[in-house]
Amino acid sequence: MASKEYAFYPGCSSQSKASASNYLTSVNTMCGKLDIKLTEIPDWNCCGASIGYAEGGELPRLALSARNFALTERHLPGKEMVATCAACWLAQREVKERLDHSETLLKETNEALAAAGLQYQGTAPVRHMVEVLIEDLGYDTLKQPVVKPLEGIKFAGYVGCQTNRPFGIAGESFENPLYLDKLVETVGGEAVPYDQKVACCGGALAFSEPEKSQKQIRAIIESAYDHGAEMIVTPCPLCQANVEIYQSEINKKQGTRFNMPVLYYSQLMAVAYGSSAREAGLDGQLIKAARLEEIAGK
Amino acid sequence: MTTANQTARAKYENDFLKEVEANVEEGHWVRMCMQCGVCAGSCPLGDAWAHPPQKLFMMIRAGKREEVLSSDAMWMCTSCYNCIVRCPRKLPITHIVHGLANYAHRLGLAPKGQPTRQTAALFWNNLVKKGRVNELKFSLALYFKDGFGQGIKNALGMQAVGLGLVKAKRLNPMEILGGHGIENLSGFKAMIDKAREIEDRKKGLAG
Repeated sequence: MASKEYAFYPGCSSQSKASASNYLTSVNTMCGKLDIKLTEIPDWNCCGASIGYAEGGELPRLALSARNFALTERHLPGKEMVATCAACWLAQREVKERLDHSETLLKETNEALAAAGLQYQGTAPVRHMVEVLIEDLGYDTLKQPVVKPLEGIKFAGYVGCQTNRPFGIAGESFENPLYLDKLVETVGGEAVPYDQKVACCGGALAFSEPEKSQKQIRAIIESAYDHGAEMIVTPCPLCQANVEIYQSEINKKQGTRFNMPVLYYSQLMAVAYGSSAREAGLDGQLIKAARLEEIAGK
Repeated sequence: MTTANQTARAKYENDFLKEVEANVEEGHWVRMCMQCGVCAGSCPLGDAWAHPPQKLFMMIRAGKREEVLSSDAMWMCTSCYNCIVRCPRKLPITHIVHGLANYAHRLGLAPKGQPTRQTAALFWNNLVKKGRVNELKFSLALYFKDGFGQGIKNALGMQAVGLGLVKAKRLNPMEILGGHGIENLSGFKAMIDKAREIEDRKKGLAG
């Protein structure tokens, strides 16, 4: 029996052949090594992400996340919901807070859910995978399965926005959260000081305002180089995608020569725990993390 | 036919603050703003805002309805939540800004062709179709939002990136045929329709 079990909300980007499919691969591998069992919430839906508000408004958006909670309560009673995507986690937390503090919104949301034969009771909390790792397991436990420490690799821990604000990880500061650096050190890597740690990559505006977003992304990558990092590591699928994918665009338009791998914390852990490059989702990198592949291949 | 915009104007006369408090998500917080400007200074896209949040809030109090609702400003929000955590009065600024954008969009007063407005609508319409986002169709819709010619140009410009993602198994060309979706789609759609119906009735957006 697995030591810990959770109701799992992977989110759209983690689906097969979606933009963060390698995140899911590495999370599954990491959880296997840590004896964490993830049971997917049956028929979960999109959270609306950070850009859903303009057309979706308030109540339809509340209904989206409330449906995910209601499905968890019905099919996986007593289980906590765990999300790996920053936006999914944030949306669920926001909605839970809104519904648990407003009788009117709770009543209206349940009226909408009733049309799908569901009801929100508010019994299931939502956690981010990072919270599960550091709060339910703890750094000492996370260190135990390390068989291939990532010695000598320097990482810029890019926390970004949505796992950090407005809720954040308990005990961490908004301006300088330390958990990601600690995770890097737990698997034997070196976390460099990094002044863009909590900067915004532009989020969904990478699609609509490419110039403004790419200015943000450029600063995030440049700072990683300036501090001697070889790779960036992040807990957020949109941060990962934006900071990795647009490097070639920025190089083309601005004459830079960026070639900075952008990884998920779970990929670092999977490699350090002795998994293959494929099991760690390293084949999903557009910018190859050669030194991690080397370690994984040893 | 009277539009939702005309009805709202008539109902609230010149009291735009009252209208915002009634119809905009978290709008009841607007009167709490003390005009310190920390939100403006904390915004990653601060330079791009014609009216930073605290100015929008003062304009609301001053009854500048058309200027606020037709502003490009609130479409610059990246949802980074810096303003929320730094606001000394703990106003949910990000949500108020999203709420203003949504209200302006639904009244038809938001700037036409505003790229984030278009992107946001495309995203929502994409996700409600099958209950989950179809990333391929979303990308294509974005490329082609400014017409066919521009779409081809955009798609070619991002061709290398797209092929790289396909190769890395992070983009699936077969999604054009349908892609991921939820099983109980009829229940899902009934829920979304019901939620929209209640909200529109409450905020005078019906019809």
